[in-house]
This record gives sequence, C-alpha cells and structure tokens, in this order.
Amino acid sequence: MTESVNEIRSDLGLYDYLPWPGRPKITWPGGAKIAVWIAPNIEFYEYDPPNNPTRTPWARPNPDVLQYSHRDYGNRAGWQRMMAAMDRAGFRGSVSLNVALCDHHPEIIRACADRGWEFFSHGIYNTRYVYNMTIEQERAIIRDAFDTVRQHTGQELAGWLSPALSNNLWTMDLLSEAGIQYTCDMFHDDQPMPVKVKTGRLISMPYSLEMNDVIVYNSQKVTPRHYGEIIKRQFDQLYKEGDESGTVMCIPLHPYLVGQPHRIEAFAEAIDYIAGHEGVWKATGREIAAHYHASGAYDAMIAAMAAHDRGTR
Amino acid sequence: MPMPDSYLHYPVRRYGMDHDRYDWSDLFTRKPIQWPGGARIALSVVTHLQHFPLDMPAKPFKAPGALSMPYPDFRYFTNRDYGNRIGVFRVLRLLAEKGLRTSFAINGVIASRYPAVIRAVVDGGHEVVAHGLDMGKVHHSGLEPEAEDAIIAEALRLLRAASGQKVEGWLSPGRAQGFNTPDLLVKNGVTWSLDWANDDLPYEMRTKEGPLLAMPQAYETDDQVVANEYFHSEPDWVQQVKDRFDVLYRESAEYGGRVMSLPLHSWVSGMPYRVEYLREVLDYILSHDGVWCAPVGEIAAAARARV
Repeated sequence: MTESVNEIRSDLGLYDYLPWPGRPKITWPGGAKIAVWIAPNIEFYEYDPPNNPTRTPWARPNPDVLQYSHRDYGNRAGWQRMMAAMDRAGFRGSVSLNVALCDHHPEIIRACADRGWEFFSHGIYNTRYVYNMTIEQERAIIRDAFDTVRQHTGQELAGWLSPALSNNLWTMDLLSEAGIQYTCDMFHDDQPMPVKVKTGRLISMPYSLEMNDVIVYNSQKVTPRHYGEIIKRQFDQLYKEGDESGTVMCIPLHPYLVGQPHRIEAFAEAIDYIAGHEGVWKATGREIAAHYHASGAYDAMIAAMAAHDRGTR
Repeated sequence: MPMPDSYLHYPVRRYGMDHDRYDWSDLFTRKPIQWPGGARIALSVVTHLQHFPLDMPAKPFKAPGALSMPYPDFRYFTNRDYGNRIGVFRVLRLLAEKGLRTSFAINGVIASRYPAVIRAVVDGGHEVVAHGLDMGKVHHSGLEPEAEDAIIAEALRLLRAASGQKVEGWLSPGRAQGFNTPDLLVKNGVTWSLDWANDDLPYEMRTKEGPLLAMPQAYETDDQVVANEYFHSEPDWVQQVKDRFDVLYRESAEYGGRVMSLPLHSWVSGMPYRVEYLREVLDYILSHDGVWCAPVGEIAAAARARV
C-alpha cells in the first residue's frame, strides 16, 4: 500500500448490510442479557501542538489556556471522582488512552491497571490526527501505541479508537494487520459486527456517540441530571431487548467532563441503577470481542451477511 | 501534502506536564487544607463587569459575549452595558443584604468610563480584580510582549487609581492568555489569577518574574456559559450550582478544604428575572456550616499561609 490520499467515494465500504430482524442470536457468559462496558477516554491534549492542515487542534491560537486547562482538569481532579463512582458500582474501565499519558501521568495508569482495567489505544495525543499521514506514518503510531501500552502495563492492545476520531479510508486495514481486534470508530449498529478488512477478523464494537459525555455536554449541551436519565433509558431499552439476543451498551466518558463536581452524582447514580439489575455482564471491550468470537457470533454474522447478500441479488 | 515526519516527534513527551508553568498534582492526594475558622468551603463569588467596545475586533478571536450583529451592533453593545448601569447594582444590593464581601473582576476602562461603579464596589467592601482593559483586548501569543505589557499595565493603573486598592488579582478577558501572559502579570504586581480551569484548589504557577497563584474558577457553571452557551434555564443553573456545592462540601469532610467558585456577570445574573435565582443559590450555600465567603485575594492569602 502506497496511497496516502483518501480517494473520494460514496461509501466507506467497510461493512455489509444486515437488517436487525432475523440475525443470529448473540449469547453472553452466564446467560447475561446485556454486556455493559464503560470506556473512559483518558486523554492528553498538548499545550503547543503542531498544526495539521485538515484540523487545527485549538479554536484559539496556541496556547488556548482555557480549553487546555479544562482538559487538564480531568487528569488533576476528575479522574478520581469518575474512578470512585465506577469502583462503587463495580465497573472496570476499558480506557481509551492517548498513550503518551503513560509518560506524563504514570500515576493514573497505575491506578487503572491496579483495578484490572483494560487499555485500548486512542492514539498518541488527542491533538495529533491521522489526517494527511502516510501509511508508514500511520503504521508508526500504531507500533508506538502497542509498544507504549505493553511497556507500561504489560497489556497487548486489543482495541482502537482513533485520536479525536480522525481516520483514513485504509486505517481499518492497518489496525487489523497490526493485531487490533476491535474498533470503536463506527456507529452503524447496536451489535458487534465484522469489518471488511484485508487481513484478520476485525470487529466494530458498539461504542456510542449518544451516550458519550463529550457529545452530550459539549455538543448537545445537556444538563447533568438529564445525562443520568439518558443513560438509564438507553439501558432500560437494551436490557429489555436482551431477552431476544444479547445486547451491548457502552458509556464513553471523559474525566474532564463527567468528573466535574456538578456532574459526577448524576452519572454515579445511573451506573448504580444499572448495577442493580440481574443479568448484566460488566465487561471490558476485550472480553466482549473475545466472547463474540468464541461463541461463534462472528462466523454466524459473516454467514448471515453472505446469505442476505445472495438473497437480495 | 503528507505530514512531515516531525509530526510524529514529541519533544515534551515526558513525566508531568508538557510545559513548565506548573507541576502535575492530584487533587485527592494533596495535604488537606483548612480555611480560616476551620471552614470547609471557601466561597469565591466573582462578578464580571465588562465593556464590549462597539468596534471590537474579531481577530484573532472574540471573547465570549462579544458583539455579534452587523456594525453598529446596538443590540449587544447596550445589552452588555446594561450590566454596568443596572445589573451590577442589583447584584450589589443582594450581596449587601447577605452581608457578603466578594470580588468584582472589572475591565480597566470601566474605571475611566464609570467611576461610580468602582466607588460602589469599593464602598460595598468588595475587592477589585483586574479583568484586562476591555473585552476587545484579548491576550494571545500574536501580541508583542511590549504591547501586551502595556495593556496589562494600563488596566492595573486605571483600577488601582480608581479603587485605592492594591489590585493584585487578574482575570483575562475570555480567560485567554498568550505564552507570555503569566510572566507579564507578575512583572506588573499581580500575585494570583483566575484564568486556568484545571483545579478546585489554588496551586502555584512558575513565571520568569516569580510565583503566581492559580485560583480556581468554575468554567461550566459560570452564569454566562450556562445561559448563553448551553441555553439552560435558570432553575437548571441553580441545580447545577447546588450539585457542584454538594460534592465539594462532601469531599471537604474527607479530603480537606475546597474552593466553591461562583462566576457571575452583571449583565446576566443582574437581570430582574434572574437575580432571585442567585439569591436561591447563595441562601442554599450559606445554609451550610463551615462556609467562608471571602474576596478571592483573602482566599489566596489563606492558601499561601496553609499549603
């Protein structure tokens, strides 16, 4: 692969269509109805990042001290509140990690690792995007992520969420080729789904825009208590539907947002509510991906998509 | 054009912060702080008094609340100015009823345009904090150090002369700074500032001219942010401020003192329909034991003495 310009086309071409009704049944360990995973984005935004012609890191010229310090709040104060709420409800995190944070704040990494949390990659910094990178440059940041996480935590990366959700058309091929098992960058389905890559068996893991505090608070401008309501309603519906086939619910977080004093209680109460139900599998991303393969769901979905494709031709 | 390989170099990927202004520190493992009189919460009320010039520039960016209609923007020029004619006095009256001494972050030009406002603030027992020169003079790294130094010096000169106070506190318009701003502030006699939004306690910053204490100021429960950027209702603002207080108050029992900051704008909370919501917030906070309401400068002094 030598291309480094995204061709203009009308479809991502990364997944086949499969309507919801009639899909193979998904089962979870112990007969659980729903797998709930929480994905804290533990991020480092740079004070004086280089510019990328496709996206400027900060709205104001460097240093944008208000936005920089707002993000930094997560690493000084917010992470502890978020972690305490998750400890109380019995949830481990699957950390969407800007891996440079291993170098900057090893104390935070240690606290997560001590709790058995999973680390997946969210790029090097949240102010470095893959836009305009060559394929070799993109491979280099994937290697960096694997090496850094292995060195600091002993874990082999299984998951990936592109830094600031920046992607190229070939990114999924590179991730799968490097051994990544699940991507969080696509929002087309409620269920884990195979991704069409050149090598490997990559799956798209249900993450979420709508449950994501950064979308809820920074884009939708929702109040904290309403965020708690949103989480509970999403859970109620997916829990109910879990009678038919195992469901997945993800709550993506940012400690600089959910960890604010005026927001933490609404979140804590919502996850306590979830934890109070029977048949909830408190999982990590890696565990969901592993069970999806081990239970045969991946192969069953591939077969179902092929059958659907034949039926519609 | 592909990115240069330098885009994959990270010269400050290292332990701690990626700059030298301050050290990383975890709020929950610091030595606990106790406020004067054994208080658990230092309540920091900072009312912004702002002047938005009719010809304020759009570059390099506009401060929040900036005029946004085609020139000449009668609408927002006058709406913002309402805060200096009516709103501030409504807030002052409420603070006097509650017997509170607080801080007012004031654009320097207010001192020459409306000296009566400065007199009322000072006579009310409040502290004057420099809030830059006016809302069109944002601080950023495109300013030559001499030009930025002149803006800071002029704002402080005007406010010090009009108030008779030392004026050692600073809040930049739009909380915007350039790389040099902290150095220039200390050079001009500023000892603490409210710009950075990364902590619930004071912490020390380094500058070329000596230490600068970073004082906490809430960003997302600021009345202007909640009303005009989030478009939340007044009861929703009240709820968020109360929820914020409750968590900080609870933490103070286990982890030591906290600062509860309440940023207000005279042209927002000074509106007739909003001021009673401010009363509700103050009544709620002050109904708790161990709340010490003081000007930010006194909270800063207490923090320096106790950290």
